[in-house]
Amino acid sequence: MSNKPSSPSRRVFLRQSMAAVPAVGLLGTSALAQTQSAAPAAQAAYTPRYFTAPEWEFLQAAVDRLIPADEHGPGALEAGVPEFIDREMEGAYGHGGFWYMQGPFAPDTHPTLGYQLRFNPRELYRTAIAAIDDWCQKQHQSTFAALSPEERDGVLHALEKGDITLDQLPATSFFAQLLTNTKEGYFADPMYGGNKHMAAWKMIGFPGARADFADWVEQPGKVYPLGPVSIEGDKA
Amino acid sequence: MIRMKPVDVVIVGFGWTGAIMGIELADTGLNILALERGAYRDTSPDFSYPHNADELAYGIRGKLFQPLSRETVTIRHAVGDTAVPYRQYGSFLFGNNVGGAGIHWNGQHYRPSPEDLELHSHISKRYGAKFMPDDMQIQDYGLTYDELEPFLEQFEVLCGTSGRAGNINGEIKEGGNPFEGPRKRDYPTPPVADTYGARLFADAARALGMHPFPQPSDNASQPYTNPHGVRLGPCNLCGYCERFGCFMYSKASPQTTILPVLMRKPNFALRTHSHVTRINLDSTGKRATGVTYIDAQGRQVEQPADLVIVSAFQMHNVRLMLLSGIGTPYDPNTGKGVIGKNYAYQMMSSLGVFFDQDVAINPFIGAGSGGVQIVDDFNSDHFDHAAHGFVGGAYIYGGQTGGRPIQQLIVPPGTPGWGAAWKKAAKESYLHATTVATHGSVMSYRDRYLDLDPTYKDVFGQPLLRITFDWHDNEYKMSQFVTSRAQDIVRQMKPKATSLTLRKPGDHYDVRQYQTTHTTGGVIQGSSPETSALNRYQQSWDVHNVFVTGASAFPQNLGYNPTGLIGGLTYNSVKAIRENYLKNPGPLVQA
Ligand SMILES: Cc1cc2nc3c(=O)[nH]c(=O)nc-3n(C[C@H](O)[C@H](O)[C@H](O)COP(=O)(O)OP(=O)(O)OC[C@H]3O[C@@H](n4cnc5c(N)ncnc54)[C@H](O)[C@@H]3O)c2cc1C
Repeated sequence: MSNKPSSPSRRVFLRQSMAAVPAVGLLGTSALAQTQSAAPAAQAAYTPRYFTAPEWEFLQAAVDRLIPADEHGPGALEAGVPEFIDREMEGAYGHGGFWYMQGPFAPDTHPTLGYQLRFNPRELYRTAIAAIDDWCQKQHQSTFAALSPEERDGVLHALEKGDITLDQLPATSFFAQLLTNTKEGYFADPMYGGNKHMAAWKMIGFPGARADFADWVEQPGKVYPLGPVSIEGDKA
Repeated sequence: MIRMKPVDVVIVGFGWTGAIMGIELADTGLNILALERGAYRDTSPDFSYPHNADELAYGIRGKLFQPLSRETVTIRHAVGDTAVPYRQYGSFLFGNNVGGAGIHWNGQHYRPSPEDLELHSHISKRYGAKFMPDDMQIQDYGLTYDELEPFLEQFEVLCGTSGRAGNINGEIKEGGNPFEGPRKRDYPTPPVADTYGARLFADAARALGMHPFPQPSDNASQPYTNPHGVRLGPCNLCGYCERFGCFMYSKASPQTTILPVLMRKPNFALRTHSHVTRINLDSTGKRATGVTYIDAQGRQVEQPADLVIVSAFQMHNVRLMLLSGIGTPYDPNTGKGVIGKNYAYQMMSSLGVFFDQDVAINPFIGAGSGGVQIVDDFNSDHFDHAAHGFVGGAYIYGGQTGGRPIQQLIVPPGTPGWGAAWKKAAKESYLHATTVATHGSVMSYRDRYLDLDPTYKDVFGQPLLRITFDWHDNEYKMSQFVTSRAQDIVRQMKPKATSLTLRKPGDHYDVRQYQTTHTTGGVIQGSSPETSALNRYQQSWDVHNVFVTGASAFPQNLGYNPTGLIGGLTYNSVKAIRENYLKNPGPLVQA
């Protein structure tokens, strides 16, 4: 089973090698250096600190569909979104430090009154991923990560619309959380682990932390010529 | 309990209005103490570049906001429902440190229209009392625009507000807002240059016979020295303004207009990490003896004072009055009582305006308030409402405050929320889209109010404030009407596509969507203790040595951003304290 292309570990390995393992074996170091200026430098593989191995597979397989790689620009995987989310889980945000988390909880309240679950982000991911993998096992006899891209899209759409019923929590709440964190990681300053090489900023034309347009206000409609800079001073 | 040495004046909360009170009272030589629950914050090092240009930390996680984990509010849509906590930020954001929300506001600096201050009288006179639905309970402020004008100007001069006058002593000026109340003088500084989106909007509005003008802004357009000798520098339209501190010393805030002078006054002291839990009263209940607060180490501290200024922001002001038992709590069943009465909010709508690839909007060039154009033709009572059947209005806003991609990236209508199609749309529209929005009033109603929640508590075990609020028909109608005018402008801009966010009848108030932090009411001012909590000098009718500043005094909400009026009312109040109250402590207005 582990040799079949559809096996989870192999798929994940392929995803990881695409995103994380540079082709050092094939190119010499100088060739690698050359490719770095043309293409984004490959990153060292990231080892998750919060997510378990199956959760990590889920996360990569999900964000890969939320923002897929294509000719228009980086996908969430090469942008480092899973790393961003994992790092967020370890901070105050992941522990619910920014949210009011005292009970009683009334999860059936009208959605317009906002998030009312008892889970902080860490718990939300852990609970939801297990439940979704469970559901996928029952429906597809496979984990989410091992599904084909089209099947994963199908599951994500169903979560978004609330067509899947999960134990313990509404699917829509988790989907909203995942999509929000994915876009955050995609567009936040690279120092948080996502938006590697500012590639998402480059794609849309956002100059990042330049934050000085005094000379540009009175040149209306002119294309802004400078690429992005990051808070730590990288240019792209 | 620790008991501190008595002071003459204690200021509860050290944001915009607390700082104005502090500097205006400092000249009297009285001993003044400000208690602020948050930390000290200053331009350097707290807002310095490049760390300030961090959308995730400030714009999204809200590094400068009140941590909801410690204290929040609860919300329900109707009397009789069970309220639930506002667990994550959405609809509005609270300030939390020295400077308050004045650090991370936009700086959109408006005056009210003259009729806004006498709204009940004005509507009754022009349209008849029956024009207002039975449950609408709008009121007058107990003072007129003409009386307030010098104080509105005083706040603009403090801030170095940039803009172009539309009405100087009754003479209408080309290029300004012809609907504004008469001003004695032009703005202290000229307007910030328009961003491209704003320019396209203004051209379209003008072609339709409307009257666009540059938004009055506390983003300085040029170097400015205010009457305290504090200096602001010109704004560079960095795009990191609202939700952020300003690294350029360009956005007016307590830090950039008052604190450099006030902090050096020997008779002024500030204690940070001091969370006030109640205002203490003597045995008669008619005089305040000071306040109790919890210090950084968690100790209860009693601070005696002769005069208590409550300037903790609208929501916190109401909560402190309720926790302290000052004034009668409002009862929505009888309409009696005043504390918590007339909570109101604002109603917004917005249009995403998408152009072709050859129109370079460069949305990241933006300031919180400068560089934007406004149409005020459909706000307040600037037009005849008779045929429309609603009270109030909205201004229409064209341009953008920045292009921060997590929060501000917009995609054309019909774009999926994720996947390859979303990404393609994000890439293709980002540089070529701008926004047109309406910023509208909300009236006050018998069943919309604030009280203490019976269930949920803050980190100190005190009950949270409970909001009972949902939209009324009047506001749906207002928003529909002004949004249609905004759509006329947008059509004239000839975009490739347009998206629309409009609140329609049946839509509940949704706390997940940011609209504005312009929450109002709950400790309203007026001309009678039967119907208001404060007199026209923002002095409590019940306890004469308690004054309450901020938008909690508004009897209903405006179509404008509130702080221009808040500042004016604060200067009006402090002048009365200085010139009358201190000489003869007691009620400034006889009930
Ligand atoms: C993102 C954003 C954008 C805004 N943009 C605009 C705009 O463009 N134009 C406009 O007119 N208005 C705007 N506002 C609103 C504006 O910031 C407020 O109207 C203004 O700051 C109110 O002044 P204040 O003194 O009442 O409260 P604040 O300035 O918020 O100050 C209150 C202070 O009291 C402290 N405090 C609260 N409770 C306690 C307690 N129990 N003990 C001790 N201290 C306490 C708080 O920590 C805070 O420092 C905006 C607000 C936000 C959040």
